[in-house]
Amino acid sequence: MQQSPDQIRRAYRQMRLIREFEERLHIENPKGEIAGFTHLYSGQEAIAVGVCETLGDNDYIISTHRGHGHCLAKGCDPRDMMHEIYGRADGLCKGRGGSMHIADLTKGMLGANGIVGAGQPIAVGAAVACKARKDGSISVSFTGDGASNQGTVFEAMNMAVVLKLPKLFVFEDNGYSEHTGSSYGIGGDLKTRIEGFGIPVWEADGFDYFSVYEATEKAGAHARAGKGPSAILATATRYFGHFEGDPQNYRAKDEVQNFRDTVDALKQIREKVTGAGIFTNEELDAIDAEVLALIDDCVESARSGPTPDADVLMSDVYIDY
Amino acid sequence: MTVMTMRDALNEALFEEMERDDKVIVMGEDVSGGAGGTSGSRDAAGGVFGVTKGLLPKFGEDRVIDTPISESAIVGLANGAALAGMRPVAELMFADFVGVAFDQIFNQMAKFRYMFGGKAKTPVVLRMAMGAGMNAAAQHSQTIYPILSAIPGLKVCVPSCPADAKGLLKQAIRDDDPVIFFEHKALYARKGEVPEGEYLTPFGEAALLREGRDVTVVALARMVTFATKAVDKLAEEGITCDLIDLRTTSPLDEDTVLESLSQTGRLVVVDESNPMCSIASEIAGLAATRGFADLVAPVQKVTAPHTPVPFARELERMYVPSPAQIEAAIRATLRDG
Ligand SMILES: Cc1ncc(C[n+]2csc(CCOP(=O)(O)OP(=O)(O)O)c2C)c(N)n1
Ligand SMILES: [Mg+2]
Repeated sequence: MQQSPDQIRRAYRQMRLIREFEERLHIENPKGEIAGFTHLYSGQEAIAVGVCETLGDNDYIISTHRGHGHCLAKGCDPRDMMHEIYGRADGLCKGRGGSMHIADLTKGMLGANGIVGAGQPIAVGAAVACKARKDGSISVSFTGDGASNQGTVFEAMNMAVVLKLPKLFVFEDNGYSEHTGSSYGIGGDLKTRIEGFGIPVWEADGFDYFSVYEATEKAGAHARAGKGPSAILATATRYFGHFEGDPQNYRAKDEVQNFRDTVDALKQIREKVTGAGIFTNEELDAIDAEVLALIDDCVESARSGPTPDADVLMSDVYIDY
Repeated sequence: MTVMTMRDALNEALFEEMERDDKVIVMGEDVSGGAGGTSGSRDAAGGVFGVTKGLLPKFGEDRVIDTPISESAIVGLANGAALAGMRPVAELMFADFVGVAFDQIFNQMAKFRYMFGGKAKTPVVLRMAMGAGMNAAAQHSQTIYPILSAIPGLKVCVPSCPADAKGLLKQAIRDDDPVIFFEHKALYARKGEVPEGEYLTPFGEAALLREGRDVTVVALARMVTFATKAVDKLAEEGITCDLIDLRTTSPLDEDTVLESLSQTGRLVVVDESNPMCSIASEIAGLAATRGFADLVAPVQKVTAPHTPVPFARELERMYVPSPAQIEAAIRATLRDG
């Protein structure tokens, strides 16, 4: 734990923010005000935050259909995101994209994506730009265990290797690809597969912020030193269904509770930093309370946000000159 | 007749055809589900829309194949299995995912027969859920049948009701050409009467759902339900329409449309797709070429706007053609001519 108390406070708050954002959406979703598909990131917070805390504003990330955590970790505004998820005209994407398409290019956040495996080649493209800019920036893609089987991911990895790009492939194995266990869909094993590209791969405990952060620091240093792409392989779980409303027939009943009770990311970081005397429980409780109030606020304002009109429907298909 | 949902009608078609012919196999992501999960239950999904539920327990893992997320390989393996004598029914889940597998569809399955001198058969059925209505936004809501209907070698089904869904799917499975089978998401739970016993719905035969003197209304898939509302409402005022459900867009039943047009002289086409190069454009083109002499008013196209499908409820509602828009179009064609 070489991080400064400020860094740790920030990371803890980011993880708490993602957790409360998602847990709250899980409560709000059945009320019927939120439209469309919502895929929640609860359980995987340490991965998004562990990765993004090593990144700067010049660095890029690209996300997946399960994008809220990545967006928040890269600095997207929670209120603007909540308004987007509620389909508001003042949402981050004017209510056109919703949960699955949140993006904020000003934050180097190249978007959540509804097409599994679409993001990785795009992130390779951003890495081409990073390399051209010579400013030490890097590009990061997040890839689920299920997505790792998509041909586009293989192509993207090979391309990044061939072009020796500052590209980081973060694989998040959360145990499931929709209603199927990750072991079923992945032929061979993911680590060996990645190593087949001749790039370094760092394994991380996806429930442990410090583990992910340290792995990403190494991978980032590798990329920024011009040594080419590398990968992180982080294992965690998702606490909710594939999407909100998923009955989860494929999952043992007590599976999630066991994770929550034992290795939970927020529980772990709290135990570590209070144990090391960096923060007291009271100090962390105060952060929790501040985040909870913020989420209350976001939801309240999103619920009464302005609804988009025909102008929003018809504009931005092309650039207005 | 039995009343059932379109989901159940499709499921019945798959059951019947798999029972009848052991060359019929089903494949796709989570077509059964649960493999590698911790509950120990297989068939935990039965397809994300539940259409393939129960197939795995009945027909086993060799005939009901859960695949990794690899659309290009899913369609490729359906193609290869078909060339080697099987009759695969592959599911792409959302029609939008065609993008990932497009080469296997338009360069491969569609062209084998022609390119290989008429010697190849590619009896693949590619099922996919399409359409707006779930606020699933731009990458999970498209109605891309115009793109696929434009490709020589593919046949394209767009059922609007449970009976046609079942009959067309059975026909598609028995057809020796590749068939793209579109299932509108908003219709899965729609109930309708389905005939008892064995029947097939032939391709290229539109259904005449309402008969009238004044206007010919052509629709497909979910738009049939909206057009029916508009047509029935106007009937109360004494404005009567022929309502034609295309059922397949390739082959396209031009004769039924032209015959009706020759009686009414007025044409409204309702299509959930974007307007450019749409089925609405195709039917309007048909009227302008082969039906020109019969037209007494400009053809009215009722389509989605030239935009991606938006997310927010209000936006999606504006995007999808409504019964009110169809009604207005019918009135306009009567006024204009
Ligand atoms: C091209 C494509 N195929 C299939 C889907 C449907 N789908 C959405 S998420 C998903 C599973 C993804 O699993 P994983 O990559 O492990 O991510 P997780 O959901 O676990 O975060 C599938 C099959 C899709 N959106 N896009
Ligand atoms: Mg997963």
